[in-house]
Amino acid sequence: MAEITLKGLAHSYEKTPKGAADYAIRQMDHVWHQGGAYALLGPSGCGKSTLLNIISGLLEPSEGDVLFDGQRVNELPPEERNIAQVFQFPVIYDTMTVFDNLAFPLRNMNTPEYRVKPKVLEVADILELTPLLDRKAKNLTADEKQKVSMGRGLVRDDVTAILFDEPLTVIDPQLKWKLRRKLKEIHERFNITMIYVTHDQLEASTFADKIAVMYEGQVVQFGTPRELFERPAHTFVGYFIGSPGMNFMAVEYRDDQVMFGTQPLPVSEQMKHAVASAANASANDISHNNIKLGIRPEFIAISSSEVANSVPIQVTSVQDLGTYSLLTFKLNEQTFKARLPEGHPPVSEAAFAHFDAAHVALYIDEYLVEAGHE
Amino acid sequence: MSLHLQNIDHIVNGVPHISGIDLALEPGSFNVLLGRTLAGKTTLMRLMAGLEPPTRGKIIMDGKDVTNVSVRKRNVSMVYQQFINYPSLTVYDNIASPLKLAKHPKSEIDKRVGEIAEMLHIEHLLNRYPQELSGGQQQRTAMGRALIKDADLILFDEPLVNLDYKLREELRDELRDLFKARNCIAVYATTEPNEALALGGNTAVLHEGRLLQYGPTEQVYREPNGRFSAEMFSEPPINIVPGQLTDSEITFDQTLHFPCDDELKRLEPGDYDFGVRASHLTLQPQQADDLALDVHVDVAEISGSETFLHVRHERFPLVLHLAGIHQFSVNEPLKVYFPTHQLYAFDKQGHTVHIPARQGGAAHG
Amino acid sequence: MNNKVPNNRAWLLVLPMLVLVAFSAIIPLMTVVNYSVQDVLGPNARFFTGTEWFQSMLNDDALQAAFLRQISFSLIILAIQIPLGIGIALIMPKRGWQASAVLILITLPLLIPWNVVGSIWQIFTRGDIGLMGWGLRELGIEYNITRNAGDAWVTIILMDVWHWTPLVAMLCYSGLRSIPEAYYQAARIDRASKWAVFRYIQLPKLTNVLVIAVLLRFMHSFMIYAEPFVLTGGGPGSATTFLSQSLTTMAVGQQDLGPSAAFSLIYFLVILLVSWVFYTTIMNMQKDKPPHGGA
Repeated sequence: MAEITLKGLAHSYEKTPKGAADYAIRQMDHVWHQGGAYALLGPSGCGKSTLLNIISGLLEPSEGDVLFDGQRVNELPPEERNIAQVFQFPVIYDTMTVFDNLAFPLRNMNTPEYRVKPKVLEVADILELTPLLDRKAKNLTADEKQKVSMGRGLVRDDVTAILFDEPLTVIDPQLKWKLRRKLKEIHERFNITMIYVTHDQLEASTFADKIAVMYEGQVVQFGTPRELFERPAHTFVGYFIGSPGMNFMAVEYRDDQVMFGTQPLPVSEQMKHAVASAANASANDISHNNIKLGIRPEFIAISSSEVANSVPIQVTSVQDLGTYSLLTFKLNEQTFKARLPEGHPPVSEAAFAHFDAAHVALYIDEYLVEAGHE
Repeated sequence: MSLHLQNIDHIVNGVPHISGIDLALEPGSFNVLLGRTLAGKTTLMRLMAGLEPPTRGKIIMDGKDVTNVSVRKRNVSMVYQQFINYPSLTVYDNIASPLKLAKHPKSEIDKRVGEIAEMLHIEHLLNRYPQELSGGQQQRTAMGRALIKDADLILFDEPLVNLDYKLREELRDELRDLFKARNCIAVYATTEPNEALALGGNTAVLHEGRLLQYGPTEQVYREPNGRFSAEMFSEPPINIVPGQLTDSEITFDQTLHFPCDDELKRLEPGDYDFGVRASHLTLQPQQADDLALDVHVDVAEISGSETFLHVRHERFPLVLHLAGIHQFSVNEPLKVYFPTHQLYAFDKQGHTVHIPARQGGAAHG
Repeated sequence: MNNKVPNNRAWLLVLPMLVLVAFSAIIPLMTVVNYSVQDVLGPNARFFTGTEWFQSMLNDDALQAAFLRQISFSLIILAIQIPLGIGIALIMPKRGWQASAVLILITLPLLIPWNVVGSIWQIFTRGDIGLMGWGLRELGIEYNITRNAGDAWVTIILMDVWHWTPLVAMLCYSGLRSIPEAYYQAARIDRASKWAVFRYIQLPKLTNVLVIAVLLRFMHSFMIYAEPFVLTGGGPGSATTFLSQSLTTMAVGQQDLGPSAAFSLIYFLVILLVSWVFYTTIMNMQKDKPPHGGA
C-alpha cells in the first residue's frame, strides 16, 4: 500500500542550476493516492521520465522530498522501495524460461519454492502466459515479453506501486487494445498504485482515472480525461489534448466589446466581464496583457447563412476524415479548425461560425481563469 | 511524370512478397499505400524506386520501360521511418547535399535551401547539427533533402511513425500543402487509416502483397470493394457480423432477428457478412428500428476527445466510436444500438454486395 | 509461362567473389591437396601415394606429442584469457577520460608484432639482464626457461595471456556497453544480486561476443609460431614445440613436401572441426527446446 507524495520536489541535471531553464523538474507538490490509476502525459523532453525515475529511486532529486506513506525515501534505492517498473523496451532475462523469469524476484528474496510456484502460476494465468511457461523468454513476441516484465512486478506481494514507462511502444497496433484491457483488469484486481508515463493521449486517457499533464518541467493540469478535454487548465493542455487541439485567440477589450483584432466576438456577459477585468489589470501590469480565448474545434458550429451570435469566416478547406470532417477557416487572418459531424450539410466559402458559449474559456498568461457559461 | 507498375510479382527466397500488382499513378498525384505491417508497402516502394528489380512484370515511367534501370539513374528520393541525415553535416549542408552532388551553382543552392527550409519551418536551424535537433526537426531535415532535388517520384516510408501525435498532426497538414504545388508523384506508406484520410489524394489498400483497391481516398473509404478493404481502411476496424438474409429479415447468430432494409431485399437470400462502422453504433437509439443489443464492456479506449468502446455480445465482439469522453468499467453491462439501415453486406467470397446510402449531404463546400 | 525468365544476371554479380575466393583459398588448398597424395622426387618424377602420407603422419609419435601439447596449450590459454578478459571488462571504467585512458593502456600489447613479443619476453626472462629472470633469481627462485620445461611453459602461457587477453577484454567491453541501462534498472528493482546480474544479464548478452572471442583465440593459439620460436626455440628438448613449428621444420627444413602437405590438411581440418562443433553447440543452446507436443 503506498501513497506517493512529492513535496517541494525539483530536479536539475546541472550542479548549480542558474535559472528555471536549468531545471528538468520545476518545484512541485503532488500526491498519488494509494490504488489510483494515473498517467503522466507530456511531449518528449517535458521531464516526465525524470519524474518517473525519481519516484522509482533510480534518480535522487536535487531538491525536495519523495514520501512513500509519509516516509521520506529520497535516498532509498529502487530495490528497497517496493515498486516495480515496466520499461519501454521489454526487459526479460533471455536465458531463463518464462516461469523462471516470473519467479526471479521471488527467488531473489529467498522465497521458498513451494510458495513461488502457486504465485507464478496465478500471475501467469491472469496474464494469459500459462501455455508459455516452459518457453525460453528470448523467443517470445514483443507483447508476450512485455507481459512477462509486467508479471515480474505482479508476483511480489510487497509491491505497492507499478510504474510504466511507455510500455506499449513496441507492441503491434492491432494488439495494443488487448494489452490496455489487461492493464485495466490488473488494476481493478490488484489494489496497486499505477503510474503510466506516455506522450500519447490515447494511452494516457485509456489507462488512467487521472492524468497529470507535464509541460516544461511542471504539472500544468491534474485531472480526469474529461476535465482535460472540457476544461483545459493551461493553453498547452488545450493544444496537446484533442486532435486537432484547441483554437486560441489573443483578445482585447475595446469599446465595451471583446475584440479579436478588428472582429468583435459575441461572448456571454460573464465572459465579457472577465475579459474586461483582465484587460483592466493588464493596463497596470504588463505581465498580464496575455489574454486569450480558447475554443475546441468540436464546439464551433458552421453554417452557410448568418445565425445569432455568429461571426463571418472564410472557409479554406474541408477534409473528409470518415467519421467527421475537418473544416479549416480564416478569421482575422488566423487559421482555425472546426469539426463537422458526419452528414453535415455542405458549407459555402463565405460562411459563419458560432462559438458555443458554454465551451469558450479565458486564459490569462496561459492559465485558465474563466470557463464557459451557458 | 507518370508511373505504371504492370503485373508486378516479387518473390524473395520462394516467398511471394508482392503478387500481381497493377497500378498506374497519375502525374502530380499524392498516393497513400495503406496496409498493415508486412502487407508489402516497403517492398513495393523499393521496386518503385528501383532499389531492386521485380521478379516479374514491368515498371513504366513516362512511357519508358525502367524495370531494370538502377535507382541512381532514376530521379527519385525517399524519406524513411528512421530520421536519416548525415551526422557530420549541418542542416543546411544536409538539405543542400543533393544539389551539391549535382554541382549546382552556390547562389542557386543558397536560394533553394532557403525556400525549402522556410517551407518546413526549420530556417532558424540551418547551422545546427542533426543530433542537436528534436525528432520532428530531424525528420523535417530529411524531408528537406528529399524535396530539394525536384525528384520525379518521392517515396515516404511511414515517415511520421516515430514522432509524437501532435507533431504528426502538424507535419501531415504541411505535407499535404507542400504537394499541392508540385508536379511529382508522391507515394506515402502508412499503417494508419486515419493518416490516409488526413492526407487525402488517392489510396491503394494493400494486403498480403496484393492490391485490394485503388482510387480517391474518400471513395475507397466510403465504398470498399470487399470485406478486407473495409477492414484495412477503418480505425477502429469496421464491425463484421455474420448473418442470414431472407426476403424480409436478417438473422444474426440464429437468434437475433430484425427486419431488413429495403435496399438489402434486392440481394439473393443466403449467408452474408454484415459490416457496420464503429461510429454508427450508438448508446442511444437513433431510429425506431435500431436493434438493441445487450453487451458487456471490454475496455474503453479514450483519445483526447473521443472514445473507442470495445464491447462483447454473447457471440461477437463490437467496437463503438463515440464522440466525447465516456468512462466505463471493465465488464459493465450495457445496451448498444445497431443501425439496421447502415449495413454493408459482403458475400462469403468477401466481395462487397451492398453499400449503405450516405446519411445527410456531403460536407463539401 | 513466357514471362518466367530466370534472371541469370545475378550470377554475374557473384562471379568476382567466386574468383576471389578461388584464388585466395581454393587454389592454394588444392595445391596442398595435390602434394599430400603424391611423392615428389624431382621435376618430372611424381608418384601417386594415396593416403600413405596421411597414415604416416597420424602415426608419427613426435607429431602426436606436438598435437597434444598444442591442444593443452590452447585449452589452458582459453581457460585463463576468457574469464580474465570478462573480469577486466567488468571492472573497466564505463565513461569519462578514465575509460579512454584504460582502453589505450590495455590495447598496447595488441599493437606489438608477434616476433617482437617473443624478443621482449626472451630478454625479460633472462637471469642476467631481464627484470623477471633477475628478480626471481634474487628471490631465490630457481627459474630457467632453457632448461626447465615447466618454466618454459609457464612463461609462454604468461606471454600469450599478456599479449592477447586485451583482445578478449575489449570485445567484452564493447559487448557490455551495448546492454541497455533498463536491464540494470529492472534487475535492481527485481532485487537481483551482483552475481545474478552477471549470470542472467551480462553473460547472456555477451554470448555472441564470447563466441567470437573463443573462436579467434582458439584459431590464433592453435597456429602460434613466432613467439615460442623466438623465446624458447621449441625447447627445452621439444617441450614447447607446437604444431606449426613441427610443420615448418618438416616443410622448410627437411623439404618433406608430401608429408607436410598431408599434415597441413589434418591441421586445417582439426581447426575447422573444433570451431564448427563449438559454434553449433553454442547456437543450439540458444534455441528453445521444442514445446510439448512439438508445436
